[in-house]
Amino acid sequence: MVHAPTLTPSTEESGPQPVRKARLRRRRGEELTKVLFVAPAALAMLALFGYPVVKNLLMSVQDYTLRTFFTGQAPWVGLRNYTTVVKDHLFSQAMVNTALFTIGSIAFQFGIGLALALFFRRRFPLGGVLRSLLLLPWLLPLIVSSATWRSILEQDSGILNRTLMGLGIVNDPVPWLNSPSVALIAVIGVNIWIGIPFNVTLLYSGLAEIPVELYEAGQLDGATGWRGFRYITWPNLRAVASVLLVLGVVYTIKVLDIILGLTGGGPANATQTLATQSYQRSFVDFKFGQGAALSNILIAVSLVFAILYLRTTRRAVDE
Amino acid sequence: MIGNRIAAALAGVTALSLALAGCGDSGNKSSSSGQSVTSLSILDYYNNDPDKALVQKGLDSCASKLGITIKRETVPGDTLIAKVLQQASSKTLPDVLMLDNPDVQQIAATGALAPLNDLGLNADGVIQGMVDATSYQGKLYGLAPVTNTIALFYNKTMLADAGVQPPKTWDELKAAAKKLTKPGRYGMAFNANATYEGSWQFLPAMWTNGGDETDLKSPQVAEALQLWVDLVKSGSASKSVINWTQGDVKDQFVAGKAAMMVNGPWQIPALAKAPNVKWDVVTFPLNKPDQTPVAPLGGEAWTVPLNKDQAKQQKAADFVKCLNSDENELAWAKARFTLPTKTALLDQYAQEVPSMKAFAEQVKTARARTGKLGDKWPDAAKVIYQAIQLALTGKASAQDAFKQASG
Repeated sequence: MVHAPTLTPSTEESGPQPVRKARLRRRRGEELTKVLFVAPAALAMLALFGYPVVKNLLMSVQDYTLRTFFTGQAPWVGLRNYTTVVKDHLFSQAMVNTALFTIGSIAFQFGIGLALALFFRRRFPLGGVLRSLLLLPWLLPLIVSSATWRSILEQDSGILNRTLMGLGIVNDPVPWLNSPSVALIAVIGVNIWIGIPFNVTLLYSGLAEIPVELYEAGQLDGATGWRGFRYITWPNLRAVASVLLVLGVVYTIKVLDIILGLTGGGPANATQTLATQSYQRSFVDFKFGQGAALSNILIAVSLVFAILYLRTTRRAVDE
Repeated sequence: MIGNRIAAALAGVTALSLALAGCGDSGNKSSSSGQSVTSLSILDYYNNDPDKALVQKGLDSCASKLGITIKRETVPGDTLIAKVLQQASSKTLPDVLMLDNPDVQQIAATGALAPLNDLGLNADGVIQGMVDATSYQGKLYGLAPVTNTIALFYNKTMLADAGVQPPKTWDELKAAAKKLTKPGRYGMAFNANATYEGSWQFLPAMWTNGGDETDLKSPQVAEALQLWVDLVKSGSASKSVINWTQGDVKDQFVAGKAAMMVNGPWQIPALAKAPNVKWDVVTFPLNKPDQTPVAPLGGEAWTVPLNKDQAKQQKAADFVKCLNSDENELAWAKARFTLPTKTALLDQYAQEVPSMKAFAEQVKTARARTGKLGDKWPDAAKVIYQAIQLALTGKASAQDAFKQASG
């Protein structure tokens, strides 16, 4: 009797406590499982993305040369690598070339890509076949494309000049890759050719998502042809287009293989970009610190566009 | 259940980190400094036949002489240095390493190679140019059994048809090239691209005229550049030379689109596949008759990376010594259209292989690219090819090009 009142609350209390503990334990276990599931991916990200970026930043403030690979010593030089590459007489030209290359490539890739995507929206015989043939430049290894284009653009015996002269369009062979004033245009042209499939594919799928009813309704209001594009297609395509443009910039700004294959940065440095300069400093001159500094500048520029990309996609999702 | 899952996830994580750790420093040489060395690892860039097989023959015969087996790895030429760097940082360099001769000093400067003098090797009787290339700070770091250089190839039929003698001077060269040029064909072809290859092809003109890499702004160097400019400006050579590789130059020559070309003997097997092209070789023409032709030395040297295992290092050195025996030098030179590097062998060789006569002559006076500047040569080579590009595209005169290129 005496014990009873004291016993009762204790049994009342002891009842739910193990349950709560078990629940707590289970929740903690779940948390741990979550962490462990994320861990491999996180580790892989750290190893494959984090490490190279940190290493690259570190290299850019070190005197990292051939010797470093053998001795492991890379003296700290602060920002000297950055000042060296920025003061170099080719830096401003490389910056301008990178800008021209990126803007020129993107503008035409997008323009032509959009035109082709609109064209293939109409159904016509062999449309599907032609559209898949358009993907061809994308499927070729870049080194093959650039070697092929190099022979097409050859000044004396290249098929392009032969054709142009045969048709009477030009009187003298165009020095596509031989003249410092033409080479950049030729390289941009080849890059446009390579980039069109990517643009067509994304824009085509963007177009396919626009409901047909909109056009039917628009037709009643007189929005056909150009006005249909202006008031129905373009507003609905804007989200895809902005993502495409930002991705295009990030992909194009770092293009290296096409330029190396076509001109190697020449003639007379007319096609040097930040990417080719960075490659040359690292793998031709073996001044890895300076190469890293240049590529960090390149990464910083890309990062600005990557942030733009993230913001536009977030807005697209919010909408 | 949860326990199992955790275990699985943990296993995954550890496996991954183990795999990552495995990429690191696992390759320390097994320093089993036993008395008998039974095998040597070798790295070179002769990755295409016929060179690959011909080199293998020489390696095999030396291996059987020393009573060892070899593990040979070949990589494409342009990836060799990257491979060496990767192996250096993971401490997995091969026992015997082949290097292009202008790279020897750069790699020796890093301290990766064993001085061969300490291992009982010397460069007695080897042409001075090659000794310069393979020595660093007074010590010998490599030996090249065979070498090559560049000279002037000409199409015999085309020259005979045009009534032109093989040119001996620059004036004759320009006149001959002009006379040999007709629609669809250039008189002369060379490589002036924006790589070290472009600099290499310019060296016969530059050095023969008394130019020097230690003073690239000298009038002698500008004069040599003017020769390239004249050939292109007059239309005797294609404007595309600024993009051509030496392989492209050879293709032009074989296709009958060039009557003369600057090139090396390694193209002879390819030329032999086009029997309708009748060709011969002369030494590179001189600017003034009293000059002697000076061409750059090509070819690869065999080196011994430093090794904690003394016995293995010694065996590797013995192997390199065997590769540089008179017998192997001649065998490789004959089979691969290269030249022995010992002066005493050159005359005998030129008699036995007449097509190599001009090259044999040119090699005796040839210079190494790294002979004067050592590991600073790449900087000079870069200025040279940039200056050539500026001058040939008309962005600078031959006089100003070198000033502009050294920026």
